[in-house]
Amino acid sequence: MPEDLNWAIGGEAGDGIDSTGKIFAQALSRAGRHVFTSKDFASRIRGGYTAYKVRTSVDRVESVVDRLDILIALTERTIHENEDELHEDSVIIYDGERSTMQDVEVPGDATALEVPLKRLAEDAGGAIMLNVVALGAACEVTGFPIENLDESLQKRFGDKGEAIVENNKEAARKGQEYVREEYDEDFDYDMETTDNDYVLLNGDEAIGMGAIAAGCRFYAGYPITPATDVMEYMTGRVDQFGGKVVQAEDELSAINMALGAARAGARAMTATSGPGIDLMTETFGLVATSETPLVICDVMRSGPSTGMPTKQEQGDLNMTLYGGHGEIPRFVVAPTTVSECFWKTVEAFNLAEKYQTPVFLVSDLAMAVTEQTFAPETFDMDEVEIDRGKVVDENDIDAWLDEKGRFQAHFAAADGVSPRAFPGTTDGAHMTTGLEHDELGRRTEDTDVRIEQVDKRQRKVETAREQEDFDYREFGDSDADTLVISWGSNEGALREGLTLLEEDGYDVRFISVPYIFPRPDLTEEIEAAEDVIVVECNATGQFADIIEHDVLERVQRINKYNGVRFKADELATEIKQTLDTPAEATQ
Amino acid sequence: MSSDVRFTDFKSDKQPTWCPGCGDFGTMNGMMKALAETGNDPDNTFIVAGIGCSGKIGTYMHSYALHGVHGRALPVGIGVKMANPDLEVMVSGGDGDGYSIGAGHFIHAVRRNVDMSYVVMDNRIYGLTKGQASPTSREDFETSTSPEGPNQPPVNPKALALASGATFIAQSFSSNAQRHAEIVQQAVEHDGFGFVNVYSPCVTFNDVDTYDYFRDAIVDLDETDHDPSNRDQAKDKILESDKEYMGVLYQDEDSVPFEEREGVEGSMAEIPDGAPEGAMDLVREFY
Ligand SMILES: Cc1ncc(C[n+]2csc(CCOP(=O)(O)OP(=O)(O)O)c2C)c(N)n1
Ligand code: SF4
Repeated sequence: MPEDLNWAIGGEAGDGIDSTGKIFAQALSRAGRHVFTSKDFASRIRGGYTAYKVRTSVDRVESVVDRLDILIALTERTIHENEDELHEDSVIIYDGERSTMQDVEVPGDATALEVPLKRLAEDAGGAIMLNVVALGAACEVTGFPIENLDESLQKRFGDKGEAIVENNKEAARKGQEYVREEYDEDFDYDMETTDNDYVLLNGDEAIGMGAIAAGCRFYAGYPITPATDVMEYMTGRVDQFGGKVVQAEDELSAINMALGAARAGARAMTATSGPGIDLMTETFGLVATSETPLVICDVMRSGPSTGMPTKQEQGDLNMTLYGGHGEIPRFVVAPTTVSECFWKTVEAFNLAEKYQTPVFLVSDLAMAVTEQTFAPETFDMDEVEIDRGKVVDENDIDAWLDEKGRFQAHFAAADGVSPRAFPGTTDGAHMTTGLEHDELGRRTEDTDVRIEQVDKRQRKVETAREQEDFDYREFGDSDADTLVISWGSNEGALREGLTLLEEDGYDVRFISVPYIFPRPDLTEEIEAAEDVIVVECNATGQFADIIEHDVLERVQRINKYNGVRFKADELATEIKQTLDTPAEATQ
Repeated sequence: MSSDVRFTDFKSDKQPTWCPGCGDFGTMNGMMKALAETGNDPDNTFIVAGIGCSGKIGTYMHSYALHGVHGRALPVGIGVKMANPDLEVMVSGGDGDGYSIGAGHFIHAVRRNVDMSYVVMDNRIYGLTKGQASPTSREDFETSTSPEGPNQPPVNPKALALASGATFIAQSFSSNAQRHAEIVQQAVEHDGFGFVNVYSPCVTFNDVDTYDYFRDAIVDLDETDHDPSNRDQAKDKILESDKEYMGVLYQDEDSVPFEEREGVEGSMAEIPDGAPEGAMDLVREFY
C-alpha cells in the first residue's frame, strides 16, 4: 500500500461535496496527518461534476498526484471522470441501490463497495446524511479511527444542535458497520495517526489572515472566483479588530475605496482575479503617482476574458507587471506556497507603506482552492513585524514644511520616499493628484519638476533593491547542470517531481522565485547551468521571457520623459555621448 | 478643530485657471464657506475631486485632498470616510464626471449613504475637453460631437438620487452666493450622503444654460410651501423636468449614515506594532 493515501468524493455541484470533503480533511488533520486538498469544479452552482480530493500522509504533502486510492462516487460520472487515476488496489464506494447507479461498471481491477448510502442515512435520521455514511464507510476501509471524524462532525454541525451532530455520528457508524459486516476484504491501509495538531487552510484564507495580522483594517472588493474567499474570510473577522469589509459595486470602485482608506491612514487591500484586475488597471497609476500604499491582490485563473473561471493559470504576470498606462513603479510579489500566502501578505503591507507604492500580491487558483496542513507555529503571530515607513505626526512634521509652512508630501528625498501625514495631522493638509505634481502635490507641467518626480518615484525601486532581500528559495542539487526555475504555486509539485527525477538519476537544481519585481538577479545561476528550464502555468512563458531578458547583455538606452519630444540636435549629442561612454558605465 | 477658522483658510495659494466668469468660482466659494461655517478646518477636511474643470477644485482649495481619475471620486471619498469617520469628507466633480463615467458609482454612493457631501458642478457640458455634450445637456443642444444635438433626453440626477434611496437631495446655483453656501452647509450637516447639484454655468462653451437662463428660470423652494421631509412632494418637484429649483428638495431627518450602521467606531489608522492581540486565535480557528 502506498505511503500516502489519495481519497476523493465526487458528485454533482450542490451535493455537499465540498463540505463532506472538508469534514474528512479536517478529521485527518486533527488526527495528526498531513493533508493537501484539491478541487475539480465547473463554473456552475447546481449540477455539473465536482470533486474534492484529499492527499494525506504522516509526512508533509505538497502537491497532487494522479492516483486515486479511494473514491466516493455519488454519481456514475464521478467514476468516469477519475477512471485514469484508478488502479488495481483502488476502492470505489457507491450506492448501488440508487436507480442511476444500478448498472455501474467499475473499471479495471478496482474494488467496488456497494453501500446503500441513502437507505442507511434515512435509518440514521435523514437521507441528507448520505455523504456522512460514505465517510463512515471510508473509515472502515482505511482503518481510520472514526472518533476523529466525530470531532469534525461536531465542528461542522455543532451550530445546528446536538441532535444533528448525534445523527451524523450515527450515520457514519452505519456506514462503517455496513462495510465491516458485508465485506470481509482486508484493505490493508495504514492510516497512522500522530499527536500533532495541525491547522488546515487554503491560500485565500492565508492571505486574509496575513492581512489582518499585518494590520489591514479596510478591505473593499467585488466577488470573483477564485478571490472571493479572501473577502469572505475577512468579512466579520476584520471587524473584531476595528476594521471593515465593503462590497463595492465593481472593481473600479473597490480599488478606489481601498485607495481612499489608505490615504486616510488605514492599511488597505483589495483582491480580485483577472477580469477584475483589468478594471482596476485604470487606478494603478493613480496609486503610484499619489504615492499611496496599497496591496492589490490578483488570484489568477484561466483567461483571457472570462476564460475558464474555475481552472488554474498563471497568465496575469505581465498584467500585474506592466498593466496601466505610463510607467509605474510597483512591487510584484508572488507567494509560492499556502503558508507563504500569509507571510508574503504581511510583507506586501510593509513594502507598500515603506515605499508608498502599489504592491501586487499575485496568487493563483491552485493555491486558492488548496487546503494544506501546517503546524500552527507556521503562523507565529509574534514573528509578524510592522513597518509603517515614514509617517510623520504633529511632533515632527515641522521638518517637512517648506518656507511658507506647507507640507511637502512629495518631497524628492534621496531614497525616493517622502514623509507621510495621515489626514487629521495638524499642518499636514496637502493636495494629492494623479496629475504630475510638485513636492507640494500641486499640478505641474514644468519639465524639470516632472523629471524630478519621475526619478524620485523610480528611486524607490532602487532603494528597495538595496534594503530588501528579494531572494529565492533553492532545492535539489546546487551543483547540477540542469536548472529549473519556477514562480508561484508550482513549488510543491516541483519539489516532489525532483525526488522522482532523483530516483531516475537526474540531478536538478530548483529555484523557486517569490519575487517578480524587483526580483533576484539570476544571471550567475543561469550562466552556471547547462540547461535552464522555466516552469509556469501559461502558454507563452511570461516569467521565462523576463528571466531571459535579465541575462541578455543590455542595449544602451536614450530616454526622455520630461514631456517634450526629441529634437534632432539634442539626439545627435546624446548619441555621440553614448558612443563615447563604455556600455557598463551607462547602466 | 478650531473655532476661529475663516473660509479663506480653505483657499490654496494656487490661482484658479478657470475662465473668467466661470460658475465654478462661486461654487467653490460656497463650499469653503460651508466648511468653515460647520466648524471644520483644513487639517480635518478631506476633499476628493473628479476630473474636468470642476475637478480642479481640490487644487484651489487648501485641505487634505485627492484628485483622482475620471468618475471615481465617490468611491475614494467613501474609503476615506470609512477609514476615518472623524474627517469631514466632501466630494466634488462635474456632470460628465458624476453622471456619465461615474454614474454607477453615483447610484451606489447614494444608496450607501456614507456621511459625506457630494457637490456636482453641473454646467450641462464637458468643459475641460472643450465643449462636447454631457449627460445633462439638452436633447437639441448642438456641440462639437453632437452637431444636431445629443438626440436623447438628459439624465435627471435628482430623480436618480431619489430612486436610489437618497437621504438628502438639493439643488443650488453658484451665482446666488448666500443661498448656495447655505445649501451646501445643510448638505455637510446632514447625517448621511448630502447630494447637491449646482448649476455652475460654463461661460465658454454653453450659450444655452447661461447665468441669464438660470436666473430667470430658478425658483427658490424657500419661497414656496415645499416641505423637504415630504418624499412625495419632493418626487413631484424633481420630476418636473421643465422647472429649475433651488433649495433642499428632500431630506430624511432620520437618516443614519452607513458607517454608523456598520459600527465603524473611529480611525483605522492606528494599528499595533505587531500582529494584533489575540491574532493567534485566527490560526486556531483552522484546527
Ligand atoms: C477615463 C477618461 N476619459 C476621458 C477623459 C477626458 N476628460 C477630461 S475632463 C472630461 C469631461 C469632464 O466633464 P465634466 O465632468 O462635465 O466637467 P467640466 O469640465 O464640465 O467641469 C473628459 C471626458 C479622462 N480624463 N479620463
Ligand atoms: S471651460 Fe467652462 S467650465 Fe471650464 S473653466 Fe471655462 S467656463 Fe468654466
